[in-house]
Amino acid sequence: MSADGVNKERRRFLIATTSAMGAMGAGFAAVPFIKSWFPSARAQAVGAPVEVNVSKIEPGQIVKVQWRGQTIGVLARSDEMLQDLDQVEPELRDPGSEEADQPEYIDTEGRALRPEFLVVNMHCTHLGCIPQVIPQVGPQPFDENWKGGFYCPCHKSKFDLAGRVYKGVPAPTNLRIPPYSFLDDSTLVIGVNPGGMV
Amino acid sequence: MSEQSGAVIKTANGLLQWVDKRLPVLDFWNAHLAKYYAPKNFNFWYYMGGFALLVLVIQILSGIFLTMHYKPSAAEAFASVEYIMRDVEWGWLIRYMHSTGASFFFIVVYLHMFRSLLYGSHRKPRELLWVFGMLIYLLLMAEAFFGYVLPWGQMSYWGAQVIINLFGAIPMIGEPLTEWIRGDFFISDATINRFFALHVIALPIALLGLVVLHLSALHQTGSNNPDGIEIKENKDEEGIPKDGIPFHPYYTVKDIFGASMFLLVFAFVIFFWPEAGGLFLEHDNFVAADPLVTPEHIKPVWYFTPFYAILKAVPDKLMGVILMGVSVGVLFLLPWLDRSPVKSIRYKGAWYKILVFSFAIAFIRLGMLGMAEGTPAQTIEMRVWTFVYFSFFILLFFLSKGGSTKPVPDRVTH
Amino acid sequence: MKINAIKTLLAVLLLALTSGPAAAAGGASNLEPSGINVNDTASLQRGAKVFLNYCLSCHEASYMRYKRLSEDLGLSEEMVMDNMIFGDAKIGDLMTIAMDPEDSARWFGKTPPNLTLIARARGADWLYGFLRSFYQDENGRWNNLLLPNAAMPHVMWSLQGIQVMSHGEGDEAGQLELQTPGLMSLEEYDDTIRDLVAYLDYMSEPAKLKRKNVGVWVMLFLAVFAFMAYLLKAEFWRDVH
Repeated sequence: MSADGVNKERRRFLIATTSAMGAMGAGFAAVPFIKSWFPSARAQAVGAPVEVNVSKIEPGQIVKVQWRGQTIGVLARSDEMLQDLDQVEPELRDPGSEEADQPEYIDTEGRALRPEFLVVNMHCTHLGCIPQVIPQVGPQPFDENWKGGFYCPCHKSKFDLAGRVYKGVPAPTNLRIPPYSFLDDSTLVIGVNPGGMV
Repeated sequence: MSEQSGAVIKTANGLLQWVDKRLPVLDFWNAHLAKYYAPKNFNFWYYMGGFALLVLVIQILSGIFLTMHYKPSAAEAFASVEYIMRDVEWGWLIRYMHSTGASFFFIVVYLHMFRSLLYGSHRKPRELLWVFGMLIYLLLMAEAFFGYVLPWGQMSYWGAQVIINLFGAIPMIGEPLTEWIRGDFFISDATINRFFALHVIALPIALLGLVVLHLSALHQTGSNNPDGIEIKENKDEEGIPKDGIPFHPYYTVKDIFGASMFLLVFAFVIFFWPEAGGLFLEHDNFVAADPLVTPEHIKPVWYFTPFYAILKAVPDKLMGVILMGVSVGVLFLLPWLDRSPVKSIRYKGAWYKILVFSFAIAFIRLGMLGMAEGTPAQTIEMRVWTFVYFSFFILLFFLSKGGSTKPVPDRVTH
Repeated sequence: MKINAIKTLLAVLLLALTSGPAAAAGGASNLEPSGINVNDTASLQRGAKVFLNYCLSCHEASYMRYKRLSEDLGLSEEMVMDNMIFGDAKIGDLMTIAMDPEDSARWFGKTPPNLTLIARARGADWLYGFLRSFYQDENGRWNNLLLPNAAMPHVMWSLQGIQVMSHGEGDEAGQLELQTPGLMSLEEYDDTIRDLVAYLDYMSEPAKLKRKNVGVWVMLFLAVFAFMAYLLKAEFWRDVH
């Protein structure tokens, strides 16, 4: 056996490189297992984008569709309904939607790509019930000065006609906006961002 | 730099001491790795035990992930396997790991058992080690059988039909027994669901327990070696076997190399030859189970075919089942059948070499014949090799006591 | 030493495999090779077209999604939707059919089998032979050399033409000859069937295209690792003896 010093260096080097390669190999081997947890082709087919024909929806009317297990509402809004949006802002928790879960391309004016259609995830941000849609202005049992919007019967949360949450209710944030875009004037597709990215 | 690495080592050591006061990790490390002495002359045959452990881990890992997507019902099972193959990301790889692993498990285990025949590793004082190993083999066969039914292809269904019907041959209790196994009047949803439970939970737990017992028994006696001599009979002043080397680092490092070679072959099959010509994934099993259509040719997977051939060789159904059972059961008696004073084939006369080689050839030929249709000529050949198979045990018992031997060295050779 | 051990193993295997007639596990080995090339994307595209036009009306392929065609065959989703999907199926859907299996069993005598895995069950060579071996027997009914009294009619007879059993002797006995030519020459028809079988082979295991590519990298890595592991082992084992 040669001098101890030389042996130890070579051993340490070989142990280090082999261990490093082994760790790399284990990492590579883990990839397929971890990736197998991502939504499968079946889940993606079932969770595929949903098209909605908006040409026939009257202002104040809402069309609901299912997308990825969520109820998405498309609410047609008149110009008057849009004007009211400014008035209620003092009563809202997050009027500028700074903490809201919405795509970055949704501007704050009416929280929609086209102001005349609000596309919103209908699940109340408190515990997930589906609120009632009460678009008309007028006194309601839960609010004398109701300016139109969504009212959740489960724990009495209120949202305005842009899905923004009122102060003093259990729901913490505005209703979520899903990714969506317009295919043409009368068709919007939920689940596809403008520019075609899913 | 060395200050920091010194501090890291100190903390690591402190942590180790903390754990060791509460759990005997250092004693375990020494007793089973760093100060467990194994013979220094292990050859190719001695890789197989480690490979078996590796395949067990692969089967458990791949099996767990398959269970996340597989549906154990007669209506959905077949489609769920295709779902894994197509829709689940990398599902095809996980499936092939599991199907290839099943066959490799048996290749490794058969080589592992053959080593024992060569070097007498089943002889005193290692009889219990052999018995635990045989129990593992039995459970492994059951595990493989239940697992093969799960894809619910034609071979899954009809293979189950044939094997379960074998139990019907048992007089008096046969028919009620088959109904009890099936959970129904015919092989159905009840059957596949319970086989799933056995395959995924019951047998793996039992197998793991037996593997622990198997390794504990091994470490109690220490390992045998190709020369068949006991290294503990030759210790130095410190009580360390002169022909022994600590398992760690020498055999850990050798097994890592062995494992990498094993994985190379394993990877080749998975990525380039997963069906193995119909041996690992049978063609008929790509057709969904149909109770109304019997496949042209029902046969078990290759690792069962030697015993299937013995079954087919006997014209009477009950006798065939009994003989098939005996062909596995007689292996349990091996430690007591060999009465030679010498353990290893290296120091036994030609009589033993002829016996062992004939046995091995018989086993392989029976395996090949078990896959075949069973023409009259093949049936005759099956009977011949069945006779050779059983004469191994009988001749071993009678020839071993007086059989010629060569002088056995004191120290291991190569 | 290692060499002796491996020699032992090889000797046993060799003796075993040669000590008797080869036990063939059934299945004809006199099939003409199909000559398919699963790596030829154009061939797969043509085959897909044939499959969707001629086969999918009666045979479901219900483990295969349309979307996979756009992922693997170099076609855009629009192309698949426009040219290959009939009816209101969506791109992510499975290739199911509208025909009720009970109806088809009544009409044909047997429910046409699911074709998704047919190439793994029967083999490409058998399929290639089967689809070219239809003939009209004396009763004017369709029959097939590879599957006598098959319930399936010759769906593509207009392409291949009508074959009958030859009346010749010796070598010609049991062969088929073309009685009425079809829209294609026999050679063109054979090429079309080759494309179709290539597609069926792909459809039975879409992962095949990827698995070989990944496999090369895995084996390269393992080879390098085995080399490193060997050096490590040899270094430590210098201590021994």
